[in-house]
This record gives sequence, C-alpha cells and structure tokens, in this order.
Amino acid sequence: MPAARSVAVAAFRESVRDKVFYNLLLFAVLLIGASLLIGQLTAGQDVKIIKDLGLSATSLFGLFIAIFVGISLVSKEVDKRSVYPLLAKPVRRTDLIVGKYLGLLITLAVNVAVMAVALYGVLFFLSRGVPANVQQAWDAPALDPALLTAILLIYVELAVVTAVAMFFSSFSSPMLSAIFTLGVYVIGQFTADLNGFDQIVHARGAIALAKACYYVLPDLSRFDVKIAVVHGQAVSAAYVGTSIAYGAIYIAALVLAASAIFSRRDFK
Amino acid sequence: MTRVPAVLAVLCLAGALTLHAAQDRWFPRAPENYPAILYVRSPDTMRRLALEYDGITADLYWIRALQAFGRERLQPPAAARRYELLYPLLDLTTTLDPYFSIAYRFGAIFLGEPYPGGPGRPDLAIALLEKGLKQQPHRWQYMQDLGFVYYWHLQNYKSAAAWFQRASQQPGAPNWMRPLAAVTLTEGGQRRSARALWRQIAQSDQAWLRDTAAHRLAQLDALDAIDQIQARVDAFHRARPAERVTWPALIAGGWLRGTPVDPAGTPFTVDPATGHVAVSRDSALWPMPGDKPEAPR
Repeated sequence: MPAARSVAVAAFRESVRDKVFYNLLLFAVLLIGASLLIGQLTAGQDVKIIKDLGLSATSLFGLFIAIFVGISLVSKEVDKRSVYPLLAKPVRRTDLIVGKYLGLLITLAVNVAVMAVALYGVLFFLSRGVPANVQQAWDAPALDPALLTAILLIYVELAVVTAVAMFFSSFSSPMLSAIFTLGVYVIGQFTADLNGFDQIVHARGAIALAKACYYVLPDLSRFDVKIAVVHGQAVSAAYVGTSIAYGAIYIAALVLAASAIFSRRDFK
Repeated sequence: MTRVPAVLAVLCLAGALTLHAAQDRWFPRAPENYPAILYVRSPDTMRRLALEYDGITADLYWIRALQAFGRERLQPPAAARRYELLYPLLDLTTTLDPYFSIAYRFGAIFLGEPYPGGPGRPDLAIALLEKGLKQQPHRWQYMQDLGFVYYWHLQNYKSAAAWFQRASQQPGAPNWMRPLAAVTLTEGGQRRSARALWRQIAQSDQAWLRDTAAHRLAQLDALDAIDQIQARVDAFHRARPAERVTWPALIAGGWLRGTPVDPAGTPFTVDPATGHVAVSRDSALWPMPGDKPEAPR
C-alpha cells in the first residue's frame, strides 16, 4: 500500500507542523521539576514517584494526542475540503484511513520513545550516588528495563484509543467524536466492573447489556501494568503478548470499520 | 508598528505586577487556617476515579499523609493536634497502590506514636500492616513491624514474639530475626531486648526509621539515667526525710554534681514531695514508653 505509506508520512509531517511535539517540552519540565522537588516532599521515595510520574505523564500526554489529533485526522480533511483533490488522485479511501492512522502512530511512537529516554535520564541522575545498600532496598532498580514493558503497553493502549477516535470521527463531528472517545476510554478502565455487574443487579436485561459492553468495548485496563512494574512485580511475556495481540485485533476491527464507513460516505 | 503593542504589553504586565505587590503590602492576606478536608474518603471510589493513574494518585495521597502528620507534629505544644485524617489518607494510599511498602511501614510508625507525637492508635497501625500482609503474605518486614507495634506500644510481648518468629520463617528474613523472637519471649519488657530491637531498626536503609530508632535508643538511655539518679534521690530522701527534694538541694548536699539532663539536653524533673524522677514534658524525648499521655486522637 504505497499510497497509505505516503499518507502516513504526510500525516506525521502535519503533526510536526502542528507543533504536537511541544508537549515533550512540558513533559521534560514536569519530570525535571518534580525530580528536584520530590526529595523535599517525600520520605525517600523519589525514584518510585518519578517512575509513577513519568509513566502516568507518558500515558496522559499520549492520551490527549490520541484523542484530539485522532479525531481531527479525517474531519480536518473534510472540513477544509482538501479531501476532494486527495480522493481525485489514485488513493483509495481505505488507504487514506489506514495512512492517517499509521501517521499518528508514528507521531505517538516518537513521542513515547522520547519520553522514555527522558524518564530513564532523570532516573539515572536521581539514582547517581545513592549507596548500594539503599538501592538494594528499592522494589526495583532505578534503570529497570521492565519499565519498557509498561511503556510498550501504554503505546498499545494509545494505539487503541487512536483507533477509537478515528472510528468515531469517520462518521461524527469532532466534538462528538472527542466525547465518545473519552467515554470509551473511561469505560475501558471499568470493564472488570461491567463483568461483575450481575453481583449488583438482578435484572437479566441489564446484566446482558453489561456483559455485551464488557466484550464489545475495549478492555483498556489490560494494558495498565504501571504499578506492577514500578514495584518490580513480574509481568509475564505471555500476558504482554496476549495483551498486544488483543490490542492489534481490536485496532484492526476499528480501522476496518472506519474504512467501511468512510468508503460509503457521500461528500456532495 | 508591531513593536508598539509589544512594548505596551510589557508595560501593562509590569504595571499589573507592581500593583499586585503593592496590594499585598496595603491589604495583607489573613493567614488561612482552614481545617484539612478529605473530599473522597472511600478508597474504592478513589480507585475508580483515578482511572489508570492510581500509582501517581497514591503518591499524591502519600505526600499528603506525610505533610498532614508533619504539620500536626510541628504544632506548638499547647495547640490541640488533630491526626484524624492520617489513617484515611494512608488507607487511600495503600488501596490505590497495594504494594507501597513505605506507606505501610512508616504509616504504622506514625499511627502507633503516642499522642501528642502521633495519634496513639496502635490498633490502626496493626490494621494497616495486616492490610499490607494480605497483599504480600510473605513480606517479613511487615511482620517485624507488627511485632514491633505489639512490643513497644501494646507491651504484648507474646504476640510480638509470635510475629518476630513468623517473620524469621519468611524467605529473605535476616538471621537476627529468630534470636530476636526468643529474646522477646524470655525478656519481654526488659530494656536489653528493647535495645536489641531498636539497634536492628537503626541499621535500616530508610533515614526516617534510623531517626526513629535513634530517638527510641535515646529514650532507653534516659531510662537508664533515671535509674541511677533515682537511686541517689532515694538515698537523699531517706537521709533527710523532712527536706523537699530539689536539684539545688541535692547538689548542695553533694549527692549530685550538677542538674542532671536527659540525652536530648533537657533537665530531668523531680517531684519535691515524692522524689520521683522523670523526663520533662518539655523534652524532645517525652512521652516516654509507659507514660500515659493525654487522650489519643
């Protein structure tokens, strides 16, 4: 799909032009500022808190990009009417959707990678000079490679949220798409509660609806291993592998659905 | 032409800053002394509200617990210290991050501390550590801390020894844990075993634990000093039963060389009628183990 590749590269360049990466500056200031202040506020938990802060900020900043850039991927082309000359070229509508999605994935990958490097950098400086006996008492080493597992799953989660945003924006207005995506993101954190709904209510209809939501909506809580990783708890390769596979299949379903809807859309 | 609006903007900003500073001088703000509020007390509700950011939310509650404890502890002695938010904050912290070991361990120390140095709630300290053990049943450090709460705050040496024994059986437990259990059982309540306990804690990797251990060891030294001084005071009292027992009287009679001070540098007190020697309430070491301070909060 060379057309999709061209669209992806263009979408990535567009995000660079739109100064999406300015958030990296804010991330760096937040992390460095926190590393200077944290020692004054906590009782020797600097490394743990910086890990929590770094992973949470990576997830939160990525979430904002995924939602707000994700919903504008398609709608901006339609609103600015640049979709007409684009579709007049030998570019299929599916290529446009897939390309736009891949472009934002590249943006998110660069974003998450730079944040990961910054997090490791701050952790390196924070742990420098700390006596070995103190470091041994930490749940996990400061430069723990397992942090990358948490970062990888954050990225997969962001990829799913981006796919959700693009799916909604393929048929809805940007405002509604943002609300729907945010709603799916929040519900995606509570899927375990949906699964246990039968313990709260007895109405069969409500239980069936909750079960349907449990299986249909993305289970985003599966991608959250931040606390486990920060405390040095083992996250098995099988868990990571199945979570990534689940995310990939869900993304494929959403991108295909968005392509199908966008292909039928009438731009007259 | 674009320079004019920029210069005007800078001037306006400078004017606003100057006026702001002047307002602070003309109308100084009254010090805000609102009671601390915890809007969400239910840990489960907060866990849901935190979405996937439960780790960082736990850190924020932990910092808040530290600040709340420190702020009350630093209140002037006459002020009523209120620690009622300490346990809810620690409960929220440990529900949001169930593996936050420092929150369990320091939290238990804070909660067990007798009033006014802390809320004087060893029962809540035990509840917090048992909550940690439910999450990590083989964490010997929590068992050691439980034994410690039973030993120091509740003087329940049998339970303390049982917890030390259980801790010694866990993987990774230090080899001094088993003898500690035995010493606690045989010498419970004696200073030798208490000193052994605190000396182990003093080797902790956590500065706060080391400081606490140093404080407790100083209290034990004060108790040793009181024993020696009390012997001289009693001898004085027997020799001169009609005379009031005061430090100047003891010094003048050659029973003491000078006013005795505790390891924190504060003079000991002596009851003129009974001759009972004690650590002063003004001392950093007060309340001493076994003292019955005011009602816990």
